[in-house]
Amino acid sequence: MSPEPARPAGDPGQSDGRTVLDDTDIARALTRISHEILERNKGARDLVLLGIPSRGVPLAERVASRIASVEGYDVPVGSLDVTMYRDDLRLKPARPLLPTEIPSGGIDGRTVVLVDDVLFSGRTIRAALDALTEIGRPAAVRLAVLVDRGHRELPIRADFVGKNLPTSLVERVRVTVAEIDGTDAVTIEGTPAERSPA
Amino acid sequence: MKRHLLSAADLSRTDAELVLETAAEMLALADRPIKKLPALRGRTVVNLFFEDSTRTRISFEAAAKRLSADVINFAAKGSSISKGESLKDTALTLEAMGADAVVIRHGASGAPHRLAHSGWVHSSVVNAGDGTHEHPTQALLDAFTMWRHLGNLDGRRVAIVGDVLHSRVARSNALLLQTLGAEVTLVSPPTLVPVGVEAWGVETSYDLDAVLPKADVVMMLRVQRERMQGGFFPTPREYSRRYGLDARRMATLQDHTIVMHPGPMVRGMEITADVADSDRSVIVEQVTNGVAVRMAVLYLLLSSDSQEDTSL
Repeated sequence: MSPEPARPAGDPGQSDGRTVLDDTDIARALTRISHEILERNKGARDLVLLGIPSRGVPLAERVASRIASVEGYDVPVGSLDVTMYRDDLRLKPARPLLPTEIPSGGIDGRTVVLVDDVLFSGRTIRAALDALTEIGRPAAVRLAVLVDRGHRELPIRADFVGKNLPTSLVERVRVTVAEIDGTDAVTIEGTPAERSPA
Repeated sequence: MKRHLLSAADLSRTDAELVLETAAEMLALADRPIKKLPALRGRTVVNLFFEDSTRTRISFEAAAKRLSADVINFAAKGSSISKGESLKDTALTLEAMGADAVVIRHGASGAPHRLAHSGWVHSSVVNAGDGTHEHPTQALLDAFTMWRHLGNLDGRRVAIVGDVLHSRVARSNALLLQTLGAEVTLVSPPTLVPVGVEAWGVETSYDLDAVLPKADVVMMLRVQRERMQGGFFPTPREYSRRYGLDARRMATLQDHTIVMHPGPMVRGMEITADVADSDRSVIVEQVTNGVAVRMAVLYLLLSSDSQEDTSL
């Protein structure tokens, strides 16, 4: 779940969205991330990919299938809902929970790669780290994101980034994936006038 | 979700399905090494029990604790209630202590409603059984148990059998199951059918053997002798022969039909021991599901502070 969920259709900002990544760009980015994960981990052994619902989960599955085609080894994939660990639970209406599925082998002693669509404030990832400690003790935790839009509020950074996308706070980054939305795309919505120089 | 859960009728289909889906995620927690979530850390849940109920109280207590809430158990017996303190004064005490949710069980129908709407407390109120009126979280856990075994409840036939007159479980179940699309038939002796049952929108029958073969769920109710002040049926033995579920009657059920009971069971009266312990019986599972459903209810009522925009 991205920290700033995209507005539903009908939002005035939707029509002027600028496509930043199309489906081939996303495919290329995920392939590169998959190779980087393998290189960093020196292979696929002991890896577990955990997608953060909802759009991180299909992304994690795609990375796993790329790893399988390169290494011939099926990396376990799961999903990790972080809703209950968020620090803004009391500030917003109750959120429905999304599925958490931990692969049967567990995460103890393994290298867990968290996969999400957008990295923004870092609060979702902080919540994910809390959730992980209650599920087991991984040997290491890494973070892969399709888009890093900046504006971190916590000392968190991604290990594997599809695209760095400097944005202004008034803009919205919207990631769609074929499994959920029918198309693969990353778009920016909102006024680009105040874009930060980063 | 509304701010309080007082009646199963308060839940729209969307709300009820949200509770069931949330409960399914809560249930998965039972497989984890640390069975605790931080969602309600720093919130206080008061279990205010004017009537004895170990089962429901420990279920709410476990639910609140698994969500990291602080729990205060308040039993009327031995408290100032027995010295004559009123519900209002008790409520004001709880308010002063900063309770975020009050789970109330009371022998008088409507007591939770009074607590929620009198302005005495600002916390969420959860009805954990009031008189012969309602017990919405029991209905939710029953629906959740059916949902796990049968999937979608649309068009499913549920037979609720026994002492409907004194049963808050029957009323809450009838309301909620209809919201979820199931068809409910109440089966009980004529003396134990409540007045005004026509308004419930359910079928009624006096003939258990005719209803059983069509049912997808058979829910047996406890015969509440403590609430009976007169002869509602000649003898327990006759009741048992006409409305009890035994192995012979169980054999007429469809293969997928499940047998439920809200507990506590009176073995040999409304249900025989071999039925209660059979593969069809999901009675123990109902208890496990009860904790998950109550977690879902507390989470959905309490996780947000924005209570001003909610009303009943």
